[in-house]
Amino acid sequence: MSTSITPESRGDAKRDSGRRRGRSDKTGHGTDAKLPKPAKTQVRLGDRVFLGSSRGAGILLLVIMAAIAVFLVVEALDALGKNDGNFLTDSTWVTDGAKPAFGVAGLVGGTVISAAIAMLIAVPVAVGVALFITHYAPRRVAQTLGYIVDLLAAVPSVVFGLWGLVFLSPKLIGLHTWLSDYLGWIPIFDKDDAGATARTLFTCGIILAIMVLPIIAAVTREVFLQVPRAHEEAALALGATRWEMIRTAVLPFGKPGIISASMLGLGRALGETIAVAMVLSSSQELVFKFLDPGGNTIAANIANQFGESNELGRGALIASGLVLFFLTLLVNGAARVVINRHKEFSGANA
Amino acid sequence: MTKRIEISGLNAYYGANKAVEDISMTIEPRTVTAFIGPSGCGKSTFIRTLNRMHELIPGARVEGRVQLDGQDLYGPEVDPVAVRRTIGMVFQRPNPFPTMSIYDNVAAGLKLNGVKKKSDLDAVVERSLRGANLWNEVKDRLGKPGSGLSGGQQQRLCIARAIAVEPQVLLMDEPCSALDPISTLAIEDLIALLKERYTIVIVTHNMQQAARVSDRTAFFNLAGPGQPGRLVEIGDTEKIFSAPEVEATADYIAGRFG
Repeated sequence: MSTSITPESRGDAKRDSGRRRGRSDKTGHGTDAKLPKPAKTQVRLGDRVFLGSSRGAGILLLVIMAAIAVFLVVEALDALGKNDGNFLTDSTWVTDGAKPAFGVAGLVGGTVISAAIAMLIAVPVAVGVALFITHYAPRRVAQTLGYIVDLLAAVPSVVFGLWGLVFLSPKLIGLHTWLSDYLGWIPIFDKDDAGATARTLFTCGIILAIMVLPIIAAVTREVFLQVPRAHEEAALALGATRWEMIRTAVLPFGKPGIISASMLGLGRALGETIAVAMVLSSSQELVFKFLDPGGNTIAANIANQFGESNELGRGALIASGLVLFFLTLLVNGAARVVINRHKEFSGANA
Repeated sequence: MTKRIEISGLNAYYGANKAVEDISMTIEPRTVTAFIGPSGCGKSTFIRTLNRMHELIPGARVEGRVQLDGQDLYGPEVDPVAVRRTIGMVFQRPNPFPTMSIYDNVAAGLKLNGVKKKSDLDAVVERSLRGANLWNEVKDRLGKPGSGLSGGQQQRLCIARAIAVEPQVLLMDEPCSALDPISTLAIEDLIALLKERYTIVIVTHNMQQAARVSDRTAFFNLAGPGQPGRLVEIGDTEKIFSAPEVEATADYIAGRFG
């Protein structure tokens, strides 16, 4: 109410008008003029417009989300109802004819394998790059390297796809042969196909690694810069070398950040579409031997099939998209659990 | 195991900026030497040259000689990492490793030195925590994070961490400035105990503290703004506080400036 902010020195008339307004608001306590009344601020036009528009935006977002979810689930359920195979365990993708049978087992396998290879390569390299930038490189070099890493993040994925297909994959044939020659006794490194193509899940994993590297490196770099100087000095004063200091103070402090950064990268690796679709010589079966051509990922399969799909096919693809969504959710949830398990040692309460 | 430190003609720089100039002094074994002086006079910079922590700041460098029982710490073949293992340091703000338990904090330095046997570690952790007057307070929660302790306990944990590697000298850079009076008293009592085994150098802004804990006191000052810090005088604490030779020292101690 305006009386509470009206100085006593102002005229009685003004105070009266204030009190009258208060009464009309049904909140005034009328008679007690000496005590400042609980303030009910007058709502100004600007506030009202802002409140309305931001609330509207929030509601709009929820409506759009709900519409998308309803559409996806309805389409997917529709298709799943007509499926003659087992959606979760089959690896075929037949969506026309009298007996449509489709399943995501092969797609999920390919998605997980290529993303896992990408993470195994990208995380150590990204952490190394971030450590070099924050703790080893002279300032000028660090700055330049930082820019280059950021620039790598700006390359469109279709360019990575072209590069991987035309330039990188022919160069990797030798590496494929070498790996299967020396590690072939491990079943997944075995190679049935001696053919001269490297359009494999392994190559996809490498390209995905290059694509997610800048995200992981950029985020971990920021985390490493947050490590308090006091903790680094504590380690150094104990007689730690630089690497020992990093092991004692920097890496433990940055661990939750490294995990979060990896999850961001993994999200992209799981969902990357066009680069995989271009590079991979795909097949529908579940492929574990990632040095052989074949296999497919959920996202790439959607990109490859969508144009030629009938209505049932589209529904099936949407269902597979939902599987990808839950896969990502699952991985993120698992990472949260890992981060929270050591919360009291996280350094956040230091 | 305690050693004498002889400093001669020491200058310390941050880039082109000279922070302390021409310091020479001798620090006797098994004594507590307090550094006092107004802010910005280079006490902290100087104490950090004694275990080669100063040079970790980009652009920082040191001229002159620091000898530990005759061995020049800045000699060409001396490894700064080895120097820091010999000369321990406690910082202004308690800085236990937040990602480690109390036990691991104390054991951190030993693990760096390659001690792996659990029984050896257990023994040193207990001895160091007892040495830092902290054992009774934390013995039931060694696995809990060090950051959960109070400020004073954290600082004693940091002292335990520093003495676990059996340094020959212990440097303390305003160890009580972030602590309440009771914790401060606990640290001061601890210093009195530690001096039987270690050579201790302590920077303090608290004149009473210098008078209480130290055997010798060094007064630092700067000639004017932008000038490097200098050692004004060093002597037995009693004498510095009762009959200093330089007037500036008397003025500072009496609270007439600084």
